[in-house]
Amino acid sequence: MVKLLTGNRLHGGEVIWWDGVGWNTSLRHAAALAADAGEAIRQREAVGEQINDLALIDAEEVDGRLRPLRIRERIRGYGPTVRPDLAHAGQDYR
Amino acid sequence: MYRYDDIDRQIVLARVEEFRDQVSRRLSGELDEEHFRPLRLMNGLYLQLHAYMLRIAIPYGTLAAGQLRKLAEIARRYDRGYGHFTTRQNIQFNCIRLEDAPEILAALATVDMHSIQTSGNCIRNISSDQYAGATADEIDDPRPWAELMRQWSSFHPEFSWLPRKFKIAVIASDADRAAMRWHDIGVQLVRRDGKLGFRVYVGGGMGRTPLIAPLINEFVPAEMILSYFEAALRVYNRYGRRDNLFKARIKILVHEIGVERFSAEVAEEFQQISRHGVDPVPAEIARIRASFAPPAFEQGLPETIDRSDPAFTRWAERQVRPHKISGYAIVNISLKAPGTIPGDASASQMEALAELAEAYSFGELRVTHSQNLVFPHVRIIDLPAVWRGLEAAQLAHANLGLATDIIACPGLDYCTLANARSLPLARKLGERLQPREQDLGELQIKISGCINACGHHHAGHIGILGVDRKGVESYQLLLGGSAGEDASAAAILGPGLAEDAMVEAVATVTDVYLAERQAGERLLDTWRRIGPTPFKTAVYGAVNGGVDDRSAGA
Repeated sequence: MVKLLTGNRLHGGEVIWWDGVGWNTSLRHAAALAADAGEAIRQREAVGEQINDLALIDAEEVDGRLRPLRIRERIRGYGPTVRPDLAHAGQDYR
Repeated sequence: MYRYDDIDRQIVLARVEEFRDQVSRRLSGELDEEHFRPLRLMNGLYLQLHAYMLRIAIPYGTLAAGQLRKLAEIARRYDRGYGHFTTRQNIQFNCIRLEDAPEILAALATVDMHSIQTSGNCIRNISSDQYAGATADEIDDPRPWAELMRQWSSFHPEFSWLPRKFKIAVIASDADRAAMRWHDIGVQLVRRDGKLGFRVYVGGGMGRTPLIAPLINEFVPAEMILSYFEAALRVYNRYGRRDNLFKARIKILVHEIGVERFSAEVAEEFQQISRHGVDPVPAEIARIRASFAPPAFEQGLPETIDRSDPAFTRWAERQVRPHKISGYAIVNISLKAPGTIPGDASASQMEALAELAEAYSFGELRVTHSQNLVFPHVRIIDLPAVWRGLEAAQLAHANLGLATDIIACPGLDYCTLANARSLPLARKLGERLQPREQDLGELQIKISGCINACGHHHAGHIGILGVDRKGVESYQLLLGGSAGEDASAAAILGPGLAEDAMVEAVATVTDVYLAERQAGERLLDTWRRIGPTPFKTAVYGAVNGGVDDRSAGA
């Protein structure tokens, strides 16, 4: 099972995803990580505490896209499901 | 309305500057998150799923038009153009930036508002009856007393680090519109031998262990209520469980040691404290009471209006309630129109409401624990104009107390604690039940996305609790709860269901009610009379339906 690294940016609180090089606000750009590599990045990025709630989460690949296993994380990636006007375009929480 | 004096203002402004400094130090890295987190929570700033959420207190649900206009400005400038009214008469903004928070608090301070004590293990926003000062069935206006309690509890040094959060509600009539007995302390103003006093209930609460507060004192003289609160909280502080988060609320203490012993402990403490000058002098009570002097009601106004427009009449019959002054009415504003999110209001709607309040309700509004709003003092002759104004703002939906007037917490769409979404389910239930809501009559449906019960599912005639079943959203169905003067805790009907199945289950429950009801019965009354078996059989089928597993309620 692949992992995704995610958190909330300190200044704005927005959800961010590790894209392999840096942080991105779109789940579509998230990078699939092995558990040990992901944990190493998590520990490195935790230094300085510019990101809150840093976490490695479980994900799977579906139709060529990375999909968090838990709906909680899929909603974090999408936005409030009752307000598609405020959600990330091109995302799906299902 | 109560307006801040210089001392109030200085306290709030000092707190804003203190928080500005704390935010600055956090952003610069001088403060780490472990140390900053309790500081931001003390100012009502949570980190939720998508962003920071700011919870702002609306003391006892009373709001001035200018305050609502400021909230609209904050929604538009610092959030995404809307706010969410909660079940404890607060408002929440769901998408706040940490770096903006001090400016928002400064903006709130300009209209005598703040976020202090909207989080943490302290005494939270004091809630009350949304009809206070307007309804004929109250024996006194509860707001001066609620304001007295607000001032007493603000920054109270002894009660800033309680075992858990602490919620107080104040009512002044036999009709309970504030879910009073579901609070840590609920008090009802009563009159005995001409003297004003409080009937005191302690140890109510929802969450993991739903308990309705038992009566612990039949009459505490009104002017001594702060001493009595002080005594009750001191007993809680001394004996409350700090070793177990799930047993830390005062309801567990009262339940474990029993009402008799708890009352005796409080009585003993009260004897000591009442000599120490905690209670306000009469002049202070009079000063606060003067802030709530009735507005300049006109005399001799007509009590009838043209009801030839059926749409207006439908709205007026559902949303308007009698006022204590002849020629006036109380107007309830639904924030539950079909397809909308319970409790949400856009910045434009807030501005429209502020304008209507200024034109027709002495500049005053109320927030209800049912996530609706109220114009407390409207001339009956102005009702058509108010209705047209609400229609223009898409706020004239007529469903007060009906099946689509659903309470729902933000759930997994916003909340980091939630296990399941509440809002899409509320929307689907609204669509499903709207065609029959007139026939169903009074029906309170309440949805929580987790066991913390912000959506008051324990107190719903129909309650729904969202749970996480191996990563999948599931919902438990409860029946038989009430938040009113006939308070009762709802009981789980059977196994959890998926979202769409839950919509059908609720529809099935209403089918049973329609088939079984007797004249004048609400669904709650029918359930209390016939018990869970017919409902369980209908929802889950005959195989599992024959067992009466009612564990609470009736």
